[in-house]
Amino acid sequence: MRRRLIPVNVVIAALLFILLSLEPDQTKPPAAVMERGKTVYTKECLTCHQADGLGVQRMNPPLAKTEWVLGPKARLIKIVVNGLTDPIEIDGDTFHNPMPPHPHLTDQQVADVLTYVRNSFGNKASAVTIREVKKVRAEKKS
Amino acid sequence: MKTIKWYLSCLVFTCMIVVSACAEENKNISDTTAILPAGSVNPGLTLPDGFTATTVAENLGSVRHIAVSSNGDIYAKLEKLKDGKGILLLKGGNATAVSSFGNYPGTGISIKDGYLYASSNSAVYRYKLNANNEVENPGKPETIIKGLTDRGQHNSKSITLDDAGNIYVNIGAPSNSCQVQDRAVGSKGQDPCPILEYAGGIWQFKAGTPGQEFKDGVRYATGIRNSVALSWNSSANELYVLQHGRDDLHRMFDDLYTTKDNAELPAEEFLLAKKGSNFGWPYCYYDGKQQKKILAPEYGGDAKTQGRCESVDKPIMAFPAHLAPNALLFYTGSQFPEKYKNGAFIAFHGSWNRAPEPQAGFFVVFVPMKDGKPSGEWEVFADGFAGSDEKKASGRVDYRPCGLAQAPDGALYVSDDNKGNIWKITYNGK
Ligand code: HEC
Repeated sequence: MRRRLIPVNVVIAALLFILLSLEPDQTKPPAAVMERGKTVYTKECLTCHQADGLGVQRMNPPLAKTEWVLGPKARLIKIVVNGLTDPIEIDGDTFHNPMPPHPHLTDQQVADVLTYVRNSFGNKASAVTIREVKKVRAEKKS
Repeated sequence: MKTIKWYLSCLVFTCMIVVSACAEENKNISDTTAILPAGSVNPGLTLPDGFTATTVAENLGSVRHIAVSSNGDIYAKLEKLKDGKGILLLKGGNATAVSSFGNYPGTGISIKDGYLYASSNSAVYRYKLNANNEVENPGKPETIIKGLTDRGQHNSKSITLDDAGNIYVNIGAPSNSCQVQDRAVGSKGQDPCPILEYAGGIWQFKAGTPGQEFKDGVRYATGIRNSVALSWNSSANELYVLQHGRDDLHRMFDDLYTTKDNAELPAEEFLLAKKGSNFGWPYCYYDGKQQKKILAPEYGGDAKTQGRCESVDKPIMAFPAHLAPNALLFYTGSQFPEKYKNGAFIAFHGSWNRAPEPQAGFFVVFVPMKDGKPSGEWEVFADGFAGSDEKKASGRVDYRPCGLAQAPDGALYVSDDNKGNIWKITYNGK
C-alpha cells in the first residue's frame, strides 16, 4: 500500500504541471486583483450587464465569451474608457442602451475590472495591466 | 437490434403510464388557481378564481403589441423580423394558420375604423381592411407618419387612436436623464433639455392623413421619458400612458442613494395625459414613498428637495420601480365580472435596473377605475410568466408580458416578447 501511494501522487502532480505549462493564460489572476475588479464591476457595470454577466435581453449585451471581451485588449479598454454607441451585434441581437464612457475610473480600476471580466462568467483570458490602460488613454489624448 | 426496439417500446409505454397518472393528479389540484391545461408547455399562470388561461401560440418571436379584429384575427407586431417580416397574422386567432407581412420591425399595432395601424421605430403605416375585416393589400400600406426619432434607446413608437380621427404616438427620449453624456457617471444634466423638443412625450397626428412628418404633429404631453404602454380611454375620452421611470440613481449618485433605494426609486407612473400636460422628465422623478415629484440629482436634487417639481403634473397611480409597464388596456367587454368593466389591465415587462436587488414584475395587473380615475388599489391579475421565483429574481425568466388585446368575446389576450407566446384568458366562473 505505502509503496503505491507515492507514485500516484507524483503522476498527478506531473500531469497538472504539464497542463498548466501548456496553457499559461489559464492561470487565474491573483485573488486580490479579482476582488478589486469585482468591487468595480458591482458598482459600475452590474446594473446593466447583471450579476451573472449575461446582460439584459435586447438592452445590454452579455460579457460571457464575446469577441470584445476576449479579443484585443486595446479595443476592450477603449470600450470601457470611451463608451460605445454604434450598435454591435451578438448572436443576431442588437442592444437599445448605450455603453457609457467611464472617465471617472482610475487606470488601476479599469485594469482590475477588465481582468475580472476576462476571468469571470466562463471567460478565461490574460489580465489587463495598468500599463495597457495608460497606453490607450494616452493615445486618446494625443 | 430487435431487443433494443423491444426495450424502447417498454420504456415509452412506462413513460406514458407515468405521464397520464400525473395528468390525472393535476386535475384534482387545479381548483383554486387556474393552471394551464395539460398539453401546454407553460408550467402554469396564476389567475383569480374563475379565470383560465390557454396558450394560443408559442415561439412566434419577439411579439410586442397585439391587436384583434372583430372577426377574431390576431395581429402581432414583431420587434425583430422573422423571415423578413414584421407583422404576424393568426387567422381566427389560430396558431396553425399564421401568415406574415410588413418588412419593418417595431412595437405598435392597433385597429380602428376599418384600418390596421402598425409602427416601425420611426414611422406609422396603415392597411385598409375589407368587408371581411381582412388586410386588403398587405404589401402596400399607406405611410401615415415618417421620420420620427430613432436612436436605438426607447425607440418603440407605441400608438393609440381616439374617436375623433387622431393618432397618438410615443416618442421616447433616447436618454436616461438628459445628461450631456448619456448614462455616464458625473456628466451634467442639460438644462433646458434639448431632447424635449423632439422626444420625451406623446405627439398627436391625424390618423387619416398620409405623408405626415414630425413637424406636422402636435406635442400633446411632455416630460415623459418613455411610455411603451398607452391607450385612449373612450369612456373617459382621455389619453392614459405609463411612464418608464429613470434608471441608475445609485450608480450615478451613490452618496444619495443605496442599491436598495435604486431598486425602489423612482415609481413607474400611471399618467392621465391631457393636452399640455408636463410630467417633469428629466428634471423630476416620482418618489412613491414620499408621494411627491422630487428634483433629479442631475439637476441639483438631494433625494428630498422638490424645487421646480412641485408644479409638474402628478401620476394618478404609482407602481414599484423599474417594472417596465409595456401595455395598457381598458376593459370594455362583458365576459369578465362587473368590477373589471372600464378598469385598466397593465402588462409589466419586468425589471433589470433593480440589480443587485432581486428583479420584479413579469406580470399583468388590474386597476379598478371609475370616472376615469383609479377607484381602488392595483392588484396582480396574471402571474407566473417568469417560470419560478429564482428565475424572476435573476431576471432569466421564461416569458415577459408585453402586449394586451381584447377578444371579440371579451377574453383577454396577453403576448410575450421573450419567446413569442400568446395566451388567452377567459372567465368561466359564476
Ligand atoms: C448603462 C448600461 C451599461 C453600463 C453601466 C456598462 N455597460 Fe457595457 N455595454 C452596455 C451596452 C448597451 C453595450 C452595447 C453598446 C452598443 O451596442 O453600442 C455595452 C457593451 C460592452 C462591451 C462590449 C460588448 C460585449 O458585450 O462584449 C463590454 C466589454 C462592456 N460593455 C463592458 C462593460 C464594463 C466592464 C462596464 C463597467 C465598467 C460596463 N460595460 C458598464 C451597457 C452598459
